[in-house]
Amino acid sequence: MTAQIRVENVSKIFGPKPKSVIPMIKEGMSKEGILNKTNHTVGVYNASFEVEKGEVFVIMGLSGSGKSTLIRCFNLLNKPTDGSIYLDGEDIVAFNKNELKKIRQEKIAMVFQHFGLFSHRTILANVEYGLEIRNVSKEERREIAMNNIETVGLKGYEDKYPDELSGGMQQRVGLARALANDPDILLMDEPFSALDPLIRREMQLELLDIQERLQKTIIFITHDVNEAFKLGDRVAVMKNGQVEQVGTPEEIITSPANHYISDFIKDIDRSKVFQAEHIMTRPNALVSLKDGLNVAVKEMKENGISSVFVVNRSRQVEGIVTIDDAIQGIKEKQRLSDVLRHDITVVNQEEYINDLIPKALESQFPLAVVNGENKLIGFILRVHVLSGLVSEEINKSEAYYV
Amino acid sequence: MGNFPDIRTQIGDYVDQFVSFLDTSLEGFFDFIFFISSRTINGIADFLMWMPWWLFIILIVLMGWYFKSVVSGVLYGLFIFLIGTFGLWEDMMTTISIIITAVIICLIIGIPLGVWMAFSKGFSTVMRPLLDAMQTMPSFVYLIPAIFFFGLGNVSAIFATLIYALPPVIRLTELAIRGVDKEVIESAQSFGSSNWQMLKKVQLPQALPTIMAGVNQTTMMALAMVVIASMVGASGLGEQVLVAINRIDIALGFEAGISIVFLAIIIDRITNGVAGKFQKHGGATE
Ligand SMILES: Nc1ncnc2c1ncn2[C@@H]1O[C@H](COP(=O)(O)OP(=O)(O)OP(=O)(O)O)[C@@H](O)[C@H]1O
Ligand SMILES: [Mg+2]
Repeated sequence: MTAQIRVENVSKIFGPKPKSVIPMIKEGMSKEGILNKTNHTVGVYNASFEVEKGEVFVIMGLSGSGKSTLIRCFNLLNKPTDGSIYLDGEDIVAFNKNELKKIRQEKIAMVFQHFGLFSHRTILANVEYGLEIRNVSKEERREIAMNNIETVGLKGYEDKYPDELSGGMQQRVGLARALANDPDILLMDEPFSALDPLIRREMQLELLDIQERLQKTIIFITHDVNEAFKLGDRVAVMKNGQVEQVGTPEEIITSPANHYISDFIKDIDRSKVFQAEHIMTRPNALVSLKDGLNVAVKEMKENGISSVFVVNRSRQVEGIVTIDDAIQGIKEKQRLSDVLRHDITVVNQEEYINDLIPKALESQFPLAVVNGENKLIGFILRVHVLSGLVSEEINKSEAYYV
Repeated sequence: MGNFPDIRTQIGDYVDQFVSFLDTSLEGFFDFIFFISSRTINGIADFLMWMPWWLFIILIVLMGWYFKSVVSGVLYGLFIFLIGTFGLWEDMMTTISIIITAVIICLIIGIPLGVWMAFSKGFSTVMRPLLDAMQTMPSFVYLIPAIFFFGLGNVSAIFATLIYALPPVIRLTELAIRGVDKEVIESAQSFGSSNWQMLKKVQLPQALPTIMAGVNQTTMMALAMVVIASMVGASGLGEQVLVAINRIDIALGFEAGISIVFLAIIIDRITNGVAGKFQKHGGATE
């Protein structure tokens, strides 16, 4: 993957003489210290990170932590007081007015918390706005706008005005308007915060769906941890204008950088963050079909387990054999394939614990975890599913043999 | 004794000299303004007078109906008819043309000034006391330079009316542009709008309902000026009021006075109705 955006030591100071504060930041003075001494507010404090092409990068943090200030630096609604932001290798902070206009028109679009729709324009005219600004011909922009209105599921509403639509629908218009410009990067500042929970969930799924199809780079802001972890490929946690930690949701949950972050993620719904691969155990014992019953019994005895998964030559699961069946089979001179049980449950490594719960409850055997090529990579016990939900330190849970 | 010492400043004289200076040095300019305004007034008046009286009444009824209700429309038509029965039809048309001309000029000057004030804090700071002065200075005072520049007649009346009626458009335009939702402005910015595109496609349309409220106020103030404007030679209903005062003619005074009231009601309701239509999907004043 390549970095599409590189943020280097970006600071944004509010006040009469913002530049004068930069040396103090370089000396490491705190945000409060600066406020007390100079009466300047530090919006963003020395932020550095990269955003990769095609990823959903979530910035989360409490109210006032500087999320909006930071995201607005990406399209220079806020000009950083110091630092650089490289977009495809070019430092946009140094851009002049025309260059700036160009990237705003072509590369970056934004979706706003309170939608920011033009109330005097119809839905169609709202979605057309960005194209109109670029002098796209009437027919062409109409066609593009209609396509995008359809993408967000608002077909038939194009002649209505924003005040005739519900909040959820208005934000769809906001999204369609941003998408109509076909930007590489989508900035979304708490786009779903103004919506009620049900609509919100629907919009989240829809965003993921659209993202799957269009593969934009999305920078998404939220103060809701669950939303952050649900949508984010990677998440940056902000506090007091500083970026405290950047990582995948799993990384942040399993090794929070500090107390602030562990507090923050305390009430996260873990079952929606952790996937099968995070809680599975890698098998110590694996039996191949050609190995036969004796090997199976030996493996089980050595590892002290009561059943073992049987795979074929390319490591795909064939079934499971229990110790009782195996001993019985040896007595009756059967082959491994005769006593093999096929009523096992196979799950993909990327399935969320949330979805595993019912499967674990139904299955009488451990769940077999496979990767994208259907190869067995681990197994999950019912206990694992439950411990995955409560355990703070999931990686340290003892390997558990079947 | 508490007598004020005998110190004299000459501000009045300076203003006098300044006005004379303007008159001589900008003569061409004032002639041009005179030409344009008198042509506009006469054009509108000629058109209104050319129109058959019943057609005018029907138009008023229809407008009342469209912007308010059937009952209001009929009532407004009745008002106009009454004014005709007073024998003041032509005077009414003259008054209406003066007001329309004044309002058009107010908009042409006022909206750009208001926009400029919204964008420039400095200009706004300079303009504010000036606007206050325009509104509080007794109107008779600026009748004098008006005569100086334009002589007696309708154009002087327009000039005096302008000074009095201009401030609301300017103020409300500034207010409206400044009041456009910040997120709406930012979203327009985020699409890479130029300043001009922003103004034309977002700020002015969003501000329109409020600006229309300013137009309504300006129109009403222009109407309030008709009697005073007659002192510098404006014809129309205001002139009739003056005549009535001179002759102590209660009947004429009442008829001309009530005609002005009728006009005021009709113009107020109709411009309000227009503003209301703009309000429907406009943004700034929700
Ligand atoms: N235009 C401004 N002028 C002065 N201070 C500002 C400005 N914008 C933001 N700030 C300050 O910068 C800090 C960060 O604000 P910001 O809006 O980025 O927070 P946020 O994380 O987006 O919060 P929220 O979740 O409430 O939107 C705050 O202390 C705020 O007061
Ligand atoms: Mg914010």
